[in-house]
Amino acid sequence: MTRVRVSPKVTQSMAKGLIWAATIVTVGVLLFIVIYTLARGMSHVNWTLLTAEPADMGRSGGILPTIVGTVVLAMFGVVIAAPFGVGTAVYLVEYTREGWLTRVIRFGVDALAGIPSIVYGLFGFVFFVLTLGLGWSVASGALTLAIMILPTIVRTAEEALRAVPDSYREVSLSLGAHKWEMIATVALPAALPGIVTGIILGIGRCVGETAAVILTAGSSLRMPTSLFSPARTMSVHFFILAREGISDEMAWATGAVLVVSILLVNVVINWLVARLIRRRVAR
Amino acid sequence: MSAHGLRPKIQVQDVSYFYPVAKPALRHVTFDIPERAITAIFGPAGGGKTTLLRLLNRLNDRVYDTRLEGRILLDGQDIYSPAMDVIQLRRRVSMVFDLPNPLPGTVRQNVIYGPRIAGVRDPVHLDELLEQSLRRAAMWDEVKDRLDDPAESLSGGQQQRLCIARSLALEPEVLLLNKPTSALDPISSTKIEETLHSLAKTITIVLSPSSTQQAARMADLAVFMLMGEVVEVAPGPTLFKRPQDSRTEDYITGRFG
Amino acid sequence: MRSDRVIRFVLFLVALSAIAALTLITLFIFRAGLPLIIEVGPAKFLFGRTWSPTQGQFGIWPMVVGSVWVTLGALLIGVPLGLAVAIFATEFAPPFAATILRPAVQLLAGIPSVIYGFIGLVILVPLIRESLGGPGLSILAGSVILGIMILPNVISISEDAIRAVPRSYRDGALALGATQWQTIWGVVLPAARSGIIASIVLGMGRAVGETMAVIMVVGNALALPMSVLDSATTLTSNIGLEMGYATGKHREALFATGVVLFLLIMVLNAATSFLVRRRSQGGIGR
Repeated sequence: MTRVRVSPKVTQSMAKGLIWAATIVTVGVLLFIVIYTLARGMSHVNWTLLTAEPADMGRSGGILPTIVGTVVLAMFGVVIAAPFGVGTAVYLVEYTREGWLTRVIRFGVDALAGIPSIVYGLFGFVFFVLTLGLGWSVASGALTLAIMILPTIVRTAEEALRAVPDSYREVSLSLGAHKWEMIATVALPAALPGIVTGIILGIGRCVGETAAVILTAGSSLRMPTSLFSPARTMSVHFFILAREGISDEMAWATGAVLVVSILLVNVVINWLVARLIRRRVAR
Repeated sequence: MSAHGLRPKIQVQDVSYFYPVAKPALRHVTFDIPERAITAIFGPAGGGKTTLLRLLNRLNDRVYDTRLEGRILLDGQDIYSPAMDVIQLRRRVSMVFDLPNPLPGTVRQNVIYGPRIAGVRDPVHLDELLEQSLRRAAMWDEVKDRLDDPAESLSGGQQQRLCIARSLALEPEVLLLNKPTSALDPISSTKIEETLHSLAKTITIVLSPSSTQQAARMADLAVFMLMGEVVEVAPGPTLFKRPQDSRTEDYITGRFG
Repeated sequence: MRSDRVIRFVLFLVALSAIAALTLITLFIFRAGLPLIIEVGPAKFLFGRTWSPTQGQFGIWPMVVGSVWVTLGALLIGVPLGLAVAIFATEFAPPFAATILRPAVQLLAGIPSVIYGFIGLVILVPLIRESLGGPGLSILAGSVILGIMILPNVISISEDAIRAVPRSYRDGALALGATQWQTIWGVVLPAARSGIIASIVLGMGRAVGETMAVIMVVGNALALPMSVLDSATTLTSNIGLEMGYATGKHREALFATGVVLFLLIMVLNAATSFLVRRRSQGGIGR
């Protein structure tokens, strides 16, 4: 029996077909997820939902405390992580050259990036909640989230700084700037769009995080009033409503608000990146 | 000993300079740079001219693992001694680069950048410096209505003169220029050469020219460097009419390069 | 100059924060979880088949098996799909497709895992139950959901790896009469191999570490799974579910599971760094 040889052209067509199919499936899945969530949830999203407190374990009323919880945790998480992340990037790019020290620092950053969120949750619980005595609180949650997003900020900030042309630095130094002056007046401002992108990515991560948040910020439905109050985020709320079967309606409504927030975050990032590219090209 | 009978502003004394990779970039370089004159350091690529310029304002401090032998004196003071304040040095000896490189910002922000980080805060004083520097760079009339436009909106030649104005705002004693007209058209180049001629009345100019012809046009003192060594030093007209060294003559007449 | 040195020192300390955090995490997780592993005995803990905390039985083998199956399944689904999309983006995509694809993949990466999980629960699980049998809440469901979730990782890193292949390789093959596909399959992909493998290992790490989505669709049965249609528990879902009410030894055991997870991820991480370093030494220098 002779072997049938498939012509390369035919193989290519088949391969191309499969690849197109794969891409369409991928985009399709994304569209499906977004549209499904919005479809099932948007009808229940109204002003009351966004501004009222939940009643009856979340079966009715609104989700305001979870919105506040999400905003507060993301905000503090970023406020804590950003100085450390940007500072680390500045040190790596401006103050040292590649060697054993930078390898150690990078190893730390990479390792942190790989740790599963549930392990962060366990750590946050044992360290912040118990050992440091902060209890289930915004503080515990924000500190844990800050460590989680540190790698993201370090990586984007480092890339942004490395993209700043060295000529800017040399000009500034030639004009009599101290190194830190050069960094503050030239390098950092030039790297700012990239750095802000990283920060917004970090915010997005905080908004979507659930496992670590439940174990550190708790799941109280009460409006958080201080750094030491427990707080529930929208992701956590969504999870609890969905899994405990409390209310599909409210779950999807929360989900819709979540997805819209993520969409907004993404739009802002892309706008920033476009601005960044436009600035480069204009030169 | 200076060729003009003028006082030497900068004295390079037996300077050798080593990068981490093998061959020295500079070998036993010795000559004096006269004040208020144009010194042109020229020669084929790789000759060490850029390195030498960067040593004069200690910009090469940024490079790791290098070694310097010999001394460089500014007004008799060793610029590499621990007592020398690098920041002050860079304000007195200011560098203009080969590619126009305005900082992101407006024309005004570029020019007053140096004085501002030097601590000048008085807006009146800053405006004075702004106008004075732009006039000395022969571009005040061109940009006086565009001071708050982005520096990048200027033409290439204007940007380079802006860079010169930027350095002038610090009222330096020495101006270092590394191939300042290499990216510019002939008309802009001529304007810059004229500007440098008039600046040389008050400032010491050290120039690595973009071409040998530029060296011939501009040099009060000409220094020919080949592979990290100084081959010949002489007043410009003298060196280009009657070079002493055969290598100089070969290079000038284009037998190699 | 004094100020320069002070600032440098401060930034040095700041730069150590990542290592400091890592050290803290390692210390506290191990402190909380290691005692129980030692008490039960590492072999009995890791390979024991019974997880019954109320009766003092702490064997996590079913969870290990569950994690392994779910992850492998996720890779089987996510890697071919992701690689295909990466190839599409770098080789075939018409310009309009590129502008849709990039934000789409970004968005995919940003959607909270709980939403993936719930959609999986509401749509995928019944689908599996009705068409393939079993409870629906299964390893298969977990694999599908996780496979989708790791797509962004696989896509972006594979894409980078493919883009890094020098044009000359492609041009050389095409000049010898190869079709575009032959060039991709025979030249570009092998050249991008270590980057692609790095993306797989990274996706593996993400899949192993995912918790919330898995909790929602995988069934959380404690028996050893025998087929992809069986319900199962993973290392992560076990911790996530029981941490809410565990006390005493039970809680310690969950931390112990965390230790196992942590070590697993560290190994995967080391593998990724090793591969990435090999790639950058491989001559596509920057």
